[in-house]
Amino acid sequence: MGSLKRAWLWFEDRTGLMGAIGPIIKHPVPANSASWFYVFGSATLFAFMLQVATGVALAFMYVPSAGEAYQSLQYITDQTTFGRIVRGMHNWGASAMILLLGIHMIRVYMTASYKFPREMHWISGVVLWALTVIMAFSGQVVRWDQTAVWSMIVAAEQAGRIPFIGTWVADFLIGGGTIGAATLSRMFAYHVFIVPALLFLFIGFHLYLVIKNGISEFPQAGKPVDPKTYREEYKALVKKKGIPFWPDAAWRDMVFGFIVITTILLIAIIIGPPALGPPPNPSNLDALPVPDWYFIFYFAFLALMPPAMETYLMVFGPLLVGALLFFLPFISNKGERSPLRRPWAVAIVALTIVSISGLWAIGISSPWSPHFDAKPLTVEIIGADSGPIYRGGMDFNEKGCLYCHTISGQGGLRGPDLTYIGDRLSADELTWRIMNGGLNMPGFGGTLTNKELSDLVIFLKSRTKEH
Amino acid sequence: MSEKTKTSEECSRRQFFTHISIALGSIAAVMVGIPIVGSILAPIVKKPRPIWRPVGELKSFTVGDIVKVSFIDSSPLPWAGVTAETAAWLHRKGQEEFTCFAVNCAHLGCPVRWVAGAKLFMCPCHGGVYYEDGSVAAGPPPRGLYNYPVRLHNGQVEILTSPIPITTI
Repeated sequence: MGSLKRAWLWFEDRTGLMGAIGPIIKHPVPANSASWFYVFGSATLFAFMLQVATGVALAFMYVPSAGEAYQSLQYITDQTTFGRIVRGMHNWGASAMILLLGIHMIRVYMTASYKFPREMHWISGVVLWALTVIMAFSGQVVRWDQTAVWSMIVAAEQAGRIPFIGTWVADFLIGGGTIGAATLSRMFAYHVFIVPALLFLFIGFHLYLVIKNGISEFPQAGKPVDPKTYREEYKALVKKKGIPFWPDAAWRDMVFGFIVITTILLIAIIIGPPALGPPPNPSNLDALPVPDWYFIFYFAFLALMPPAMETYLMVFGPLLVGALLFFLPFISNKGERSPLRRPWAVAIVALTIVSISGLWAIGISSPWSPHFDAKPLTVEIIGADSGPIYRGGMDFNEKGCLYCHTISGQGGLRGPDLTYIGDRLSADELTWRIMNGGLNMPGFGGTLTNKELSDLVIFLKSRTKEH
Repeated sequence: MSEKTKTSEECSRRQFFTHISIALGSIAAVMVGIPIVGSILAPIVKKPRPIWRPVGELKSFTVGDIVKVSFIDSSPLPWAGVTAETAAWLHRKGQEEFTCFAVNCAHLGCPVRWVAGAKLFMCPCHGGVYYEDGSVAAGPPPRGLYNYPVRLHNGQVEILTSPIPITTI
């Protein structure tokens, strides 16, 4: 017997580790669960492991101080060996984790794996989802640039709408009345200690449950879950047709996990981490705070909801979604699992994906925001280099009209396109509208001189198809 | 343990151990928990005292103009760096008459910009727009811009540092 083997036997004799772990990783799972549909949970876990590893590496270089974090991020990105790749992996790993978690959740919902006896699998999963969202947000804040600072204020303002305790929650989040040194230290503590500790705890619980109740078998239409008999049936199923999880089922997880991790690494090398915005100076108002892609749809939601309802939607909307997800297994924990027999489940998933994609697409162009960087109309577009039409066109550039209205392809998207406005409105109607505003347009009655107003109207009247 | 030895005396002795163990653990947790949780919650109750910050001489502001002024917030920590800075929009309305607006949009706190040509404050985030006097002109804000107290002191314009205005319901 080789000395290595002797040492191993001694170690196993004293610790019994393989004896304890072996049966767990080799536990039998239903043969039809060894499917490509079932790889997303483990892939999320792999992405999380990468987040832990890259996060620890970043902590070796990052300074969680409001005055210095920005410089340390520049240092990590530009001056350290591999720091750029590590930051890139941490960023794209977060994106991957959000995406894979979403797919995993959709898969579990579509196959109704949350039904008896796996209610707690789902609930612990919902907690993990919420914790991941907090990680995504706090991660964006500890990337302490201008957008981070304003995102933090936007978050505090949303918390402020909570009835009765809003101001307290807002102050708790930003660590006092203003953004400052306390804000970053607190977000760092959440992002690096509190939430990861909870994640470890709930991932452990989630995995323990998977071992305890077993991986759900791939659903078949016409085979409903009956809590009275399910456990016996499942036991018989894995006994008769089960395969060992490791390696018969797990190889797919490893293959898919490998693809995920490699993709993250490649993107980190090729694209790298997101560019840092300007420094986190709250007195620099030249800011255009837009969150990372996974929050863009919510950013759009905040802009588009009816103002009269917004406080309720802002506070109770997320609560309601959270509660619905949390209590889902109690709404139905038995019956059909196959998506073929659950048309409503399919419809809900489709509707969710369509709404989020729609909001996301609108959020990217954010037509509700004034376009401060719109290119001024040129003499060619205006169609005159002197006279009232020219002066009106220049006023259109200077009085802010252009930020919200497009003419001949230049300008903002908030208000209607005015390229052919002369065909639609009379001079009186134009004057009335400019003076009084309407819908989402401010009235300019108090701003414009009579001459400016008449020039503008003449300019706008000249915007016709045949001009 | 067999039934025979499980006397009532044993039971109460065992109950006593159970209770005392749980009680000791809880008391220890509460004792250390007060300072731990208290230190984390402290920012809710401990508010910095507002102070007047000079933002420039009276003569440096033109009557009728609205300009951005930057100043240091009330009690910056030594490591706050640039985050100690904050800003406000200052409107010199008359010889000695000033109005000072918070830069934060009343909708969700984004920084509004003064667009002098249009005489409007515009928010880059969700399309909030305000008139020169701070009232809502368009978009989702539920109220006008917040004001900061402003005063003249020895020829200097001074602004009272204030917390970020949080719109509540």
